[in-house]
Amino acid sequence: MSDTLVDARGLRCPLPVIRLATAAKGLPAGAELTVLSTDPAAKLDVPAWCRMRGHEHVGTREHHAEAGDGAWEGRDGWAVTVRLN
Amino acid sequence: MTHATPGTPDRVYLDNGGRAPWHPLARQAFEQALADGWADPRRLHAEGRRAARLLDGAREAIAAVLGARTQEVHFTPSHTASLHAAVASAAAARRRAGTTVVAGAVERAAVLHAARQAAGATGEHKDPVPVDRLGRVDTDAMIAAVQAPGVALAALQHANGEVGTVQPVEAVHDAARAAGVPLLVDAGASVGHVAVPETWDLLAADPADWGGPAGVGVLAARQRVRTSAVGPEDEDPWAPGGVSVPLAFAAAVALQAVEADRAAQETRRRALVERVRAAAARIPDVEVVGDPDDRLPHVATFSFLYVDGEALVTELDRYGFAVGSGSACTASTLEPSHVLAAMGVLTHGNVRIALDRSTDADEIDRFCAVLPGAVGRVRDMLGVGGL
Repeated sequence: MSDTLVDARGLRCPLPVIRLATAAKGLPAGAELTVLSTDPAAKLDVPAWCRMRGHEHVGTREHHAEAGDGAWEGRDGWAVTVRLN
Repeated sequence: MTHATPGTPDRVYLDNGGRAPWHPLARQAFEQALADGWADPRRLHAEGRRAARLLDGAREAIAAVLGARTQEVHFTPSHTASLHAAVASAAAARRRAGTTVVAGAVERAAVLHAARQAAGATGEHKDPVPVDRLGRVDTDAMIAAVQAPGVALAALQHANGEVGTVQPVEAVHDAARAAGVPLLVDAGASVGHVAVPETWDLLAADPADWGGPAGVGVLAARQRVRTSAVGPEDEDPWAPGGVSVPLAFAAAVALQAVEADRAAQETRRRALVERVRAAAARIPDVEVVGDPDDRLPHVATFSFLYVDGEALVTELDRYGFAVGSGSACTASTLEPSHVLAAMGVLTHGNVRIALDRSTDADEIDRFCAVLPGAVGRVRDMLGVGGL
C-alpha cells in the first residue's frame, strides 16, 4: 500500500512525472507513491524517472476508475508505484 | 562564432532523417532526365528507349552500391511502399511455410503494420522481438523467433533512424538462412551514410534520406528470393503504372555522389555527433539515447526530464534550429515514439537530430550553445526548478 497517491489523470507528458517529483520532494527514503495517469507516456516515463533519479519502480497495473470516482468513472488508466531511495 | 537569436534568417536544419536536401548533382541529373527521359520508358520509339536507358542506368548504379545485380533492383513509389510491398509479397510467396513475420520492436511502423496485415485474420501474429536499453534487438530472441515453425519472413533494420543504433543483421541473416527464412533489411536510414551489409535477401533503401528525391523508393530482392505480387496485375508490380524516370535517375546520381566521399563524410559527421551528444550530456537530467559507439554517424537523440517536447522543438525553432522529436506531444496521437517506448528510455522532452552532409561545425557549435538555455527556459515555463 502506497503512502501517497498522485492523481495525474487527464494530464499530458511531462506533467504526470512533474507531479510525482513534486509530491516526492521532502519525503523520506522508503516512502511509496502511486501515480494515477491516463497518459500512455506516463507509464513509460515514471519508470524512466526512477532509473534516472535512483528510485525503485515497484510496479505498474491497469487502473479502472470505479463508480463514484467523479468525472473519471469508467475510464481506464495506469497506476504506477515507486519507492524512494 | 555567431549566436542565433529569434528572428535570425539563417536557419539551421537538423531534421534530415528521411528527407534531406537534394544533393546538387541530383538536381543536375533531374534537369538532364527531364530533357532526355520524360517519355514513357515502356514505349518502343526512340524517346521511350532513351528514357528506358536512363532508368536502366539508374538501376545499374544503385545495384553497384548495394552489392546487387541490376535486375534485382526495383524502383517503388516511396520507402514506405517498398517496405509494404516487400513484406506482403515475400510473405505471400511463403504462405505454405506460414504467415508469421518476425520483426524487431524498433522497426519502422510501415514494417510492423505490414507484418500484422501479412499475418491476416487467421494467421499467427507474434509480438515484435524486444530491444535492449540501447535499442538493439535481442539477437538470441530474434534468432529463436526466426527458427520457430510457421515463419514466412524476418525483418530487421540495418540501423535505427530515430536513435542511430546498428542492428545485428549479419547474425540474424545467418540464422534466417539456416532456417530457410528470407530476411528483409530496412536500410532506409543507413544507405549513403555507412557501408551497407550484403547479408540480406530483400533490402529497402530511401533516396529521400541520402540526398535524392522523395517520391521514389528502392527495393532490392535477391534472385533466389521468391515473391508473389499481391496487388492487381501490372507490368511493374513494384511500381504499378511505372516509376518517374527523372526521379529514379536523380536518386541514382545522388547515391553515386554521396558514395564517392562517404567515408570522409562519415568521419566528419561522427565527430560532430559526438560533440552534440557530449554537449547534451552536460545538461542536467538528460538521457542521451542509443548506442554510443555502434551507431549511425549522423543521428543524435536525447530526452530531457521535466521538459515538454513540443515546447522544446518550438523554442529551438524560434532560435533558428529545426529538430525532430519522438515525444507524444509532438505526434498526432497520444502515443510517444514506439522506438523510445520499446527501449524503455524517457519519452518526454525528446529531441532528435540528423545531420546533413552540408551541416557544418559552426552550425553544430551554435546548436550546442543554444540548447542548454532552450531546455532551461522550457523547464522554467513548467516551474520545475529544484525537482
